[in-house]
Amino acid sequence: MQYKVLIVDDSKLARMVMASALRRIRPDWALVETTNAAEALTAVSGGAVDIALIDFNMPGIDGLELVASIRKTHPNMPVAVVSANVQNEIIGRARELNAGFVPKPLTDEALAAFLSGAALRLKKVTP
Amino acid sequence: MTVDTGELTDIEQDALAEIANMGVSRAASNLRQMVGEQVLLSVPSVKIVTREAASKLVERENVTKLVAVQQSFEGPFAGRALLIFPEAQSLELVRSIVGDQHSLEDVIDLEQEALAETGNIILNGCLATIANVLHRTMRMSLPSIVRGDGATLFEVQGPASGGQFVLFLYIDFNIKKRDVHGFIALLMDLPSIAALKTIVNDFINAIEKQPSGHVG
Repeated sequence: MQYKVLIVDDSKLARMVMASALRRIRPDWALVETTNAAEALTAVSGGAVDIALIDFNMPGIDGLELVASIRKTHPNMPVAVVSANVQNEIIGRARELNAGFVPKPLTDEALAAFLSGAALRLKKVTP
Repeated sequence: MTVDTGELTDIEQDALAEIANMGVSRAASNLRQMVGEQVLLSVPSVKIVTREAASKLVERENVTKLVAVQQSFEGPFAGRALLIFPEAQSLELVRSIVGDQHSLEDVIDLEQEALAETGNIILNGCLATIANVLHRTMRMSLPSIVRGDGATLFEVQGPASGGQFVLFLYIDFNIKKRDVHGFIALLMDLPSIAALKTIVNDFINAIEKQPSGHVG
């Protein structure tokens, strides 16, 4: 099964790192990049996104606020907050929103583990 | 050194150096992961100095053209975290992160982006670890880039005067195979030192209360 992954990060370098890791791990999956929460919400409401990788520290609406908005319409979409801000409080808030947490610097191992879990969850929802 | 409020005792200085060490070690491990090469670190220093004195400490070998990525933080105590290095080494640092396969034009093009994101990852790693060790929460700003001498970086001429005392924690890093070295520094405003003392003492007391034989 091929899925479409949304990448949300204001940093071009961070998007490059996430996109190249994604291409190594799941070369057949599609990806769409956005640079802020508003663009991300447009992409999500368009309905074509299956999985989202969201930076925490962004200008305007931060990653956790964005996840909360996505949850209103997509309670089960696999979402991960990707951040170097590994404070227990941030990771805890991600968990409360039923989102994963992938630390920066991004490693293929951490991203692969999240994507495998996400693929499993999506399979269960649409058998 | 004569500071009226909140001078730190030896044990407090020790504890603070240890906490800073945990933070900057995480920062160094993040940097190492990003550049894929060994990063050497000095022993961390903790000092109460004027802003002006702090600004001289980062002008090593009288290199006054510096670049810094900085993030301010707020929480139980407030201040700024900075990743500082000589401007001449900026492109080499970016190249070590984006990879040697990129052309010089690409590297120049990506410089601002790459510095901001690198600073973000390194400084967040440092501050978040400190917050976790102390069981406190800290809010951090977005990263910004400053270029200039030490006085510009530390706003010696700014609203807070250069003569004002600050708590200055720093460690120097060296990327072994490349000619890149710099500092990871924390600059804390003195009004929050009283708060800091309380927090550091909570940390010390928690260690003393640990049952014997408990590790980690």
